[in-house]
Amino acid sequence: MKKTANNTQIITGNYAVALAAKLSRVQVVAAYPITPQSPATETLSQFVEKGELDAEYVRVESEHSALAVCIAASTVGARTFTATSANGLAYMCEQLHWAAGARLPIVLACANRAMGAPWNVLNDQQDSISQRDTGWIQIYARNSQEILDSIIQAYRIAEKLYVPAMVCYDGYILSHTVMPVEVPRQEQVDRFLPPYKPHTVLDPSTPQNLNLVTLANPRRDARGVMCHGYMELRYLLQEALENSLETVVEVDREFGDVFGRSYGGTHWGYRLEDATLILMAMGSVATEATVAVDQLRQRGHRAGLLALRVYRPFPKQDVISATKRAELIVVFDKNISYGYEGATCSDLKAALYGNSIQVPVHNYIVGLGGRDVKARELADAAERSLRWAEEGRPQKEVEWLNCHI
Amino acid sequence: MTESVLSLPDKEYMLPGNRTCAGCSLGIAYRHILKALGESTIVTVPASCLTVLHGMYPITSVNIPCMNVTFPSTAAAAAGLVAGLKAIGKKGITVVGFAGDGGTHDIGIQALSGAAERNTDFIYICYDNEAYMNTGGQRSSSTPLGATTTTTPVLGKAQHQKDMPAIMAAHRVPYVATASSSYPLDLYEKVKKARDIMGTRFLYISTPCPPGWLFPPKDTVKIGRLAVETGMVVLYEIENGGFRLTGASERLAAKGSLRPVREYIELQGRFRHITKDQIEELQRWVDSRWEEYLARQTPRPPDYSTLQN
Ligand SMILES: Cc1ncc(C[n+]2csc(CCOP(=O)(O)OP(=O)(O)O)c2C)c(N)n1
Ligand code: SF4
Ligand SMILES: [Mg+2]
Repeated sequence: MKKTANNTQIITGNYAVALAAKLSRVQVVAAYPITPQSPATETLSQFVEKGELDAEYVRVESEHSALAVCIAASTVGARTFTATSANGLAYMCEQLHWAAGARLPIVLACANRAMGAPWNVLNDQQDSISQRDTGWIQIYARNSQEILDSIIQAYRIAEKLYVPAMVCYDGYILSHTVMPVEVPRQEQVDRFLPPYKPHTVLDPSTPQNLNLVTLANPRRDARGVMCHGYMELRYLLQEALENSLETVVEVDREFGDVFGRSYGGTHWGYRLEDATLILMAMGSVATEATVAVDQLRQRGHRAGLLALRVYRPFPKQDVISATKRAELIVVFDKNISYGYEGATCSDLKAALYGNSIQVPVHNYIVGLGGRDVKARELADAAERSLRWAEEGRPQKEVEWLNCHI
Repeated sequence: MTESVLSLPDKEYMLPGNRTCAGCSLGIAYRHILKALGESTIVTVPASCLTVLHGMYPITSVNIPCMNVTFPSTAAAAAGLVAGLKAIGKKGITVVGFAGDGGTHDIGIQALSGAAERNTDFIYICYDNEAYMNTGGQRSSSTPLGATTTTTPVLGKAQHQKDMPAIMAAHRVPYVATASSSYPLDLYEKVKKARDIMGTRFLYISTPCPPGWLFPPKDTVKIGRLAVETGMVVLYEIENGGFRLTGASERLAAKGSLRPVREYIELQGRFRHITKDQIEELQRWVDSRWEEYLARQTPRPPDYSTLQN
């Protein structure tokens, strides 16, 4: 790692993850090795062993246990952190649901990686996309600076709403490449991120039985007070997720005030103002797509990019306003909802439904298992879609880019 | 000090009334365990009959801080409680993971082995009703040979029980003990002892289950005692590696004979399909285990204190 005068460090995405957790003063870390996440948690263990981070580091025997440790430590009032990838995230699945259901503001960094079988350690976003319905906020970062900043932001968001948050970053493409990152000073972060205040503290002085069997219907407690049923608790979680859109924007703005950097809240755009051909993507593909937009502009198209930063909650209103002028939307998904189409494409279409925007939406599945995606290929695909639309054919089947079948 | 019913603390942590079946032994065990643990305790519980005992939100039958967790994660959750309490600077709280045989021997063994290998400072209590009772009495690796369960309904289980306390002893944790709900004072003493030891402590408790084992609810204590008297369950403790028969098992060893396993089997409907060969096999298994235990009796535990956290 190289250091420069204004505390810009040339670091990997994984190192940015570890620094962010350290700057967030996490109190309990539990993680299990998996490529490409491992260097992030190895670095954290180093911080802890060298005494640079005052935290309990629990070297668990599985990801399922990693999240169990975070769930429990968060329940007694500690700020917790874990990180994983692919099969590790899948192995956590029931714990992801549990963390959200128990309303615990755990932050997890996911170095996005393809799911086995067959084994593949390279990048796509199938892992976190398949966990989208677990009740976690999902933020997708486009570079190492955003990874670092988003993790700090994630604690603010999660701890305000008592909802866990996942910061996703593309494996290898971001996790293992070095980039200059401006590392904030600890005092600044401390001002931005106050200590964690749990909603309920499990303590012998106030015995409570947390998350025991809960019936569907509301039920009276021993004093006769009506308490929520399971359905009401689920509603409240949904309400928190919906409200988190506003919080994401607010926190990002405040972050900008303190650190001079912000990320557009729920989404960001590139040359979007007058664009009629809109590309949509998430994570590092979005960064690649900015180059594609420039190329398309050079080829005479009014192209722009809408990049999702937050995938859950889905920023429906933002997507609607950003695509108002669109004549064609081309969605690049680094995931596939088997038997249908890319997940962000479905969500985009659902957001547009009933909003008088009648625009063709084409979907490309790209980069699965680390298949290279070049900007030129994205631009070519967008042009193919344009021709298709110009020929008056509104629908186009989902196309797998660079797939040699 | 030997406890008597009169010397037990008055404070009740189990409130009157709970949702277990008539004659469930879990309540007997739990009541004494909570008394032994005392006020400064946090319990974590996975899906099991203990969840049933605990009641349904917003009413619970216990007056203790409890965190419910996923079925496989009891020991990891306990490790999280320990780490969390340490991180926020709270001291003097005993962390207890409390799970059934399925949640321990089967789905929870990975997390438990991990926590024990790290010598996490907590007490793990496994109560053994010898099947997945919460989900309707399916076979577990702690179901005895020849017992029918809802997933071994016709032929009965073809294998012996997994020896979980031995597995835990192989982790060389500072304290491993077995107990039975039918000997609550022995249980109480072991929990009290475990409470004051550092590191991972493992307690195994035999808890007869009338609807699962198919015996009348009034016979719960009797069946539990017969299990010990026939050697199907053996009471012992392993402290820093030193093995010692305790309580009723120690007395039986002194007396020199166990009752035949048949006497225990006869009283339970779950053994209705057991064959003569299986009964003989079960008797051989009990006898050889018993011989092993007798041979292992150490007069004084050797002192190889394990690393403390
Ligand atoms: C991952 C997972 N698999 C299965 C279940 C269903 N389940 C809940 S309790 C239980 C049986 C518990 O058996 P045991 O641990 O022996 O406790 P007991 O009910 O016998 O007291 C099962 C299979 C679950 N909750 N979670
Ligand atoms: S099934 Fe058995 S262990 Fe479970 S509550 Fe009933 S008697 Fe107790
Ligand atoms: Mg059981």
